[in-house]
Amino acid sequence: MSISIQGAGKSYVGRGREVVALSPIDLEIATGDFVAFVGPSGCGKSTLMNMIAGILPATAGRIVHNGRSVTGINRDVGYMTQRDSVLPWRTVEQNIALPLLLRNVPAAERRARVAAMLEAVGLTGFAQSYPNELSGGMRKRVALGQLLAYEPDTLLMDEPFGALDAQLKLLMQERLLRIWQERCQTVVFVTHDLAEAVTLATRVVVFSGRPGRIKTVEAINLPPDRDVFRVRFLPAFEAAYARLWDALAPEIRAGEAA
Amino acid sequence: MNGAERTAAVVALEAAATRRRWTVLFLRVLVGVAFLGLWQHASGRWIDKLLISSPQAVGMRLWQWTVDGTLWANLSVTMEATVLGFLIGCAAGFVLGLAFGRYRMLAEVFDPYITAIYSIPKIALAPLFIIWFGIGIESKVAVSAAIVFFVIFLNTYSGVREVDPLFVHATRIMGGGELSVLRHVIIPSATSWVITGLKVSVPYALVGTVVGEFMSSNLGIGYLIATATGLFNTASVYAGIVVLALVGAAINAVLNVVERRALRWRGG
Repeated sequence: MSISIQGAGKSYVGRGREVVALSPIDLEIATGDFVAFVGPSGCGKSTLMNMIAGILPATAGRIVHNGRSVTGINRDVGYMTQRDSVLPWRTVEQNIALPLLLRNVPAAERRARVAAMLEAVGLTGFAQSYPNELSGGMRKRVALGQLLAYEPDTLLMDEPFGALDAQLKLLMQERLLRIWQERCQTVVFVTHDLAEAVTLATRVVVFSGRPGRIKTVEAINLPPDRDVFRVRFLPAFEAAYARLWDALAPEIRAGEAA
Repeated sequence: MNGAERTAAVVALEAAATRRRWTVLFLRVLVGVAFLGLWQHASGRWIDKLLISSPQAVGMRLWQWTVDGTLWANLSVTMEATVLGFLIGCAAGFVLGLAFGRYRMLAEVFDPYITAIYSIPKIALAPLFIIWFGIGIESKVAVSAAIVFFVIFLNTYSGVREVDPLFVHATRIMGGGELSVLRHVIIPSATSWVITGLKVSVPYALVGTVVGEFMSSNLGIGYLIATATGLFNTASVYAGIVVLALVGAAINAVLNVVERRALRWRGG
């Protein structure tokens, strides 16, 4: 078991009141799983990601990752956020090299791995560019390269492609799926986009609105080497999408009404 | 730019831009010449020479100082005090700014005291520094450093507070400890604030030194101006002011180069 969420919940105290962001939940994520979290805004799915990453402490229960209880920053994961976390003052090459530098990888090996990674994310000609000189899609690829460079066994991705246009998103999804198949990493993927969740994941978890709870978990029975451009026309996709939408729709409507 | 054809429109646009640059340069020189001419003409005719001297007299005085070594003997002292004060003030302000930015408790406890000291005009400390450090260069360094310190301290502090926590978290997850975060995130992120502070504080460092020299000294551009004032030697006063203006402009030019290099990543 890669990630074991055991009654983990989060509440905040603000203005003399305790607000529950995430009710205690239980979820087991196996090694090599690709799990997508979907749910209305404010359902605590990003909070849960931050808890797995160790940025936020759980106020109830615990999260166990690779057999260790998460109590501080979790260095066994790679975390890709919706907002760009690539450092604007480092070139593409320096950004991808950063996790290797921080983990004391020797310079020669660092150079080799950075070169391989630049190739893998298709940024070879842009090694010396600063993030400000790149398009949004290219910055995402830098972040992906940085994330994969140090080979964390678990990837946390919080709406990583949310800001991209539809075509670019498909290209990034394809790239991610290929990498996941090659490396057998565990992926936890938060998204607003149900089609994206069904396209990528082996399991989709639907969260209900405030306070967040798990409503249903649906296994997606699509081949792992699926084609992101055509998978949506398969009957199994349609069936899974329809069932998930039936679970998700009332939550989104409730969120609208509130 | 790459591979694009240089069509007639491109050539015409570039020619227009070049013409414009030359026009601006020409007009700038014209304004300068007109000003000096007017000054020269007014001197002794419309306004007493004792009040405004004349460009010719000022120029002659500068030449004389250069030839007899007065200029360098005094300028080197002023420059040394300014640069030392600037460096000490910067280093202390930067380190303390980082510490206060990183440790909120420290900032909260010291906040009222910092505000109180900040609101003292630092020039008012000059007499005290002269008592402490004597009339030599040390007291001027102290005045400069005291002024520069606050500018850099406040800018660094704001810069550190502005750092996006996203970058800090990302760097820590990638394996960075407290020192790595400081080196790869906090300091580069605060750089633009710090550089703004550097640029603002250069003239202040010069002010600190010159005021110190006015009060008591036996060398320095400030000393030259003060003694010339005592003798109603207007040409020397103006000559001293011209030297200070040139020094300030030179240091600013150096800092502009530093800024362009340090903030290269910002350009698009």
